[in-house]
Amino acid sequence: MKYEEFKDNESLELLRESGSNVLLTTIDDVINWGRKSSLWPLTFATSCCGIEMMQTGAPRHDFARFGMEVYRASPRQADVIVIAGTIVNKMAPVLKRLYDQMSEPKYVVAMGACAISGGPFFLNSYSVVKGVEHIIPVDVYVPGCPPRPEALLYGMLQLQRLIETENIKSRKERTAKNDSE
Amino acid sequence: MEEIIKEVVIGEQEEYVINMGPQHPSTHGVLRLVVSLKGEIVKNVEPHIGYIHRGIEKMCESITYTQIIHLTDRMDYLSAMMNNEAVCLAVEKALEVEIPDRIKIIRTIMSELSRIQSHQLFWASFGMDLGGQTCFFYGLRDREKVLDIFEETTGGRMIVSYNCPGGLMYDIHPNFRKRVKEFIKYFRGVLWEYDAILTGNVIFRERSIGIGTLSLEDAISYGITGPSGRASGFSCDIRKHEPYSAYDRVQFNEVLYNEGDTYHRYLARIEEMRESMSIIDQLIDNIPEGPYFVKMKPVIKLPEGEYFQRVETARGELDVFIISDGNKNPYRVKFRSPNFVNLGVLNHITKDFKIADLIAIAGSLDFVIPDIDR
Repeated sequence: MKYEEFKDNESLELLRESGSNVLLTTIDDVINWGRKSSLWPLTFATSCCGIEMMQTGAPRHDFARFGMEVYRASPRQADVIVIAGTIVNKMAPVLKRLYDQMSEPKYVVAMGACAISGGPFFLNSYSVVKGVEHIIPVDVYVPGCPPRPEALLYGMLQLQRLIETENIKSRKERTAKNDSE
Repeated sequence: MEEIIKEVVIGEQEEYVINMGPQHPSTHGVLRLVVSLKGEIVKNVEPHIGYIHRGIEKMCESITYTQIIHLTDRMDYLSAMMNNEAVCLAVEKALEVEIPDRIKIIRTIMSELSRIQSHQLFWASFGMDLGGQTCFFYGLRDREKVLDIFEETTGGRMIVSYNCPGGLMYDIHPNFRKRVKEFIKYFRGVLWEYDAILTGNVIFRERSIGIGTLSLEDAISYGITGPSGRASGFSCDIRKHEPYSAYDRVQFNEVLYNEGDTYHRYLARIEEMRESMSIIDQLIDNIPEGPYFVKMKPVIKLPEGEYFQRVETARGELDVFIISDGNKNPYRVKFRSPNFVNLGVLNHITKDFKIADLIAIAGSLDFVIPDIDR
């Protein structure tokens, strides 16, 4: 099964089972386990979704159970950028630069309607970027305005499943694709 | 010997500029501050805004009055209830609609709950800015309980869109009274922890007392409202001076201090939580029965003219100014947001303090960046 073919979560596991070298998959499993168990997010919040992201790290929902509690203020130390909030035209170059400053492997979660499509500001607004995928590639979309903390947790767990299916080849392709953009 | 040391210190002689933000954990969002330093002393702070400018005022001109409610939620998302209320009151004033007591009282209770959760978040993030990670956990633990009450009645956690012109979107949940009473009882019991962790903490007091002092004259001339203004002795509480909704039938104190430093701006918010709880206490048993909305026309058209409404949000005075030309869309909407005006004083009160104090002072003014840019 090709990496490009799967679009839903169910086929992620199929993709893993669809055969590869025993030694390579074992090494991949170890690497992926390490990566998915310590996803460090960047402290990046532009608006309302940022408060729900803080709430996800707070006692009731507790991000830390999944190894995500270490919020990094510097993009160079972060693995995943959760785009929490609206991105406007003035912010777009800054976001691109933040993404470029992150070291590989890096992942992007678009949190909330604004980051996905512009949300409530899709119509009539002259300054809002209509979806962050125009600027940087997105791995997981978390819908909601703002999404509940449970929704963000679910999105982050989906990202972990995505990381679980990676292998050396797909990682190389991904890096090359990011570099060419 | 001293002369040699003076030469070695970089930047002691001339000012140098550092850039703080837009992505910086202590600016609470995407505020960018260009800070001129002499050594470690702040000489000039120049805020650059617009990194989250979404054009809400312009968008309002092409949508109806009911739809504007949903945009005001996203301005100051921690005072969403009060922002909704401001537009609703302006529209109701223009149409001369008489609002029943039930709606007024529910709006007041919701606003005060909103104020409590906003100050809880302030406490959590202010403590974290000054290096106290525990505050973050304690503050947000209690905030969840208010959000639960909101969620049960309105369906939303913080973007609620609960008020609409002519009343409320939904009736209150049957459990509402019980849950609010439980919360007030719980929160009265744990508020001493807030004092024990921060208010009496020696490190916190050293870092906040006498820092960023704002005099009464400056507070008035800069137009600083809300708890920040009241910490300087500026009596600016709209709830007292121009009561709206049910504020004219409750007894509460306007929290006023004369010192105007970072510590008292913090203290004003803690005391306001106590006042808010006493307001809710007075109202929660007196919600009369009745409808939760007044029947309005499906398409609301304001008569030609100018309409103005002031409300007190958690951060200060929010003014809504609507010019109508008789259509279903407003001709012009202007929001006077408290955060934008409060930001103006930052340069004035941080001058000649250390750069670490800039974080404390900016934290104590409690900015919500989307409200600055709109």
